[in-house]
Amino acid sequence: MLKRYFLFLGSLLLALCAHAQLSIDITTSGGRQIPIAIMPMPGEVAQPQVVSEVVAADLARTGLFRLVNTIGITPVPTEPSDVNFQDWTGRSADALVIGKVEPSGSGRVEVRFRLFDVQKQSQLASFSYVVPPAQLRATAHRIADVIYEKLTGDKGVFSTKITYVVKRTGRYELQVADADGFNAQSVLASREPIMSPAWSPDGSRIAYVSFDQKKPVVVVQNLAAGTTSVVANHRGNNSAPSWSPDGRSLAVALSKDGLTQIYRVAATGGPAQRLTDSTGVDTQPAYSPDGQWIAFTSDRGGSPQIYRMPASGGAAQRLTFEGSYNVGPRYSPDGRSIAFVQREGGRYRIASMELATGQVTSLTDGALDDSPTYAPNGKMILYETQVGGHGQLAAVSGDGRVRQRLTSSAGDVQDPAWGPMPTN
Amino acid sequence: MKQLAICLVIAALAAGCASKEKQPDASVTDRSAGTTPPSTSTTPSTSSTTTPNRDTNVSGDPLRDPNNILSKRSVYFDFDSNAVKDEYRNLIQAHARYMNDKRDSHIRIEGNTDERGSREYNLALGQRRAEAVKKVMTVLGVNDNRIETVSYGEEKPKSQGHDEQAWAENRRADIRYQGE
Repeated sequence: MLKRYFLFLGSLLLALCAHAQLSIDITTSGGRQIPIAIMPMPGEVAQPQVVSEVVAADLARTGLFRLVNTIGITPVPTEPSDVNFQDWTGRSADALVIGKVEPSGSGRVEVRFRLFDVQKQSQLASFSYVVPPAQLRATAHRIADVIYEKLTGDKGVFSTKITYVVKRTGRYELQVADADGFNAQSVLASREPIMSPAWSPDGSRIAYVSFDQKKPVVVVQNLAAGTTSVVANHRGNNSAPSWSPDGRSLAVALSKDGLTQIYRVAATGGPAQRLTDSTGVDTQPAYSPDGQWIAFTSDRGGSPQIYRMPASGGAAQRLTFEGSYNVGPRYSPDGRSIAFVQREGGRYRIASMELATGQVTSLTDGALDDSPTYAPNGKMILYETQVGGHGQLAAVSGDGRVRQRLTSSAGDVQDPAWGPMPTN
Repeated sequence: MKQLAICLVIAALAAGCASKEKQPDASVTDRSAGTTPPSTSTTPSTSSTTTPNRDTNVSGDPLRDPNNILSKRSVYFDFDSNAVKDEYRNLIQAHARYMNDKRDSHIRIEGNTDERGSREYNLALGQRRAEAVKKVMTVLGVNDNRIETVSYGEEKPKSQGHDEQAWAENRRADIRYQGE
């Protein structure tokens, strides 16, 4: 028992040292949570990752689940025949997860798990994965994805990645991490600012703004190969990259012809085709998921507001009317809403607008919130906020009910972008 | 007691890994401002456009003579504004005159904003401030293609504070001559 305890401690510390650069606090207000019991999986504590704990943490973080106490259930059930449903109705659990982790030869391990509907006493899912021990954390995320989808009807995003910029004194890093903040990897370091990272639709590349040339230039980096290519380096500023849904081109903001306007460039670079022609500043383009539209910020009407135009350019339609500062639109994955930054009473907050009705909802109450980015299932919006004068990441559900704060001691964390669903 | 011991072990290990994570602090902070007062220790940057050694004789160079208005390079702006205030007209005129005399001189005007507001929109606002200064100079006869305007937005604050004094310092466009 003691040994097991120390192994657990050891794995926890290993996780702390190697990975945990962002830790997460959640607050929820109102709304029903699904009570779920997640049993320890025999064999898991001998492994580098404790699968049931990662699954539980994933589900709890969404604010949509309440973890039911599993202490005192003996023997630990691992097969359907071991399950005594009365144990769980007595503890008010609606769902139950059991499983086990066993060595499966040539250094690999097999993870088996089952999900039950307690009230119906029926099995909702059963999966088995044979993986190297190093992939157990990723396997736990896949299990959490299955459970989340079965119980909520929406795709889980536990296997997705996020990117963000970490700023320390005189040093900037572009990092890529799992959606829970673990496994943070630096993909770029510079003494000059890095801004506005954007994932390609297939997740293989990230476009961002580099200041390595002493001015903003748009660069595309291939994550697997580590190669970079400059896709926009015109006279003046080059910034605000947004990928077209087919991954072939980028909408960017360039000031090569005077004030900042929106252009399209091929994702491989080359000449820029001008899409807006206004007398003001046009910037922060965002392709709609169907590729038909580009939403953007413009102050052509006197104050910065959000507009949209056909993706090939042309007449723009104003979308925001309330307030004197509405900027930085990002489409929801279903294309029905945009999230953006609004200023109200000197505070900068994240809001969303339902495009069909024009209905605006304020989602956050920070002083200096910025850079909203939707999870690929559209359920959460990750953004940058200020805590004690430092940039930190936070997330809020589309209805504002669930909030997460991802804290880091690493420095200022800013400019997040949530990656796409994994392709496998 | 046992719990306490475990906590201490965790604390010690955590401290151990925290210090391991610590990066060797870069001793350099390149604010990339050719306009910073000589008291600030600027350090060589990776780019070729580093500030020449300030110990060289400056008497012959009006751009470096602290008694010459040409050594002043910063134009400050009000919140949310890109209007060039009258108090900076003389400064900009002096630089326009200098450029009209020195036909081979080129400048870059670098716009900046305070930290409030959206990062990318601030980049465009800084650009707008740089363009506003450029416009005054082109009206005074300096050819358009001798002036590049760029923006650092809120990315390179001269003052790191979070109050009005710091913000006022950061709402700024700097004139920088090629080779500086």
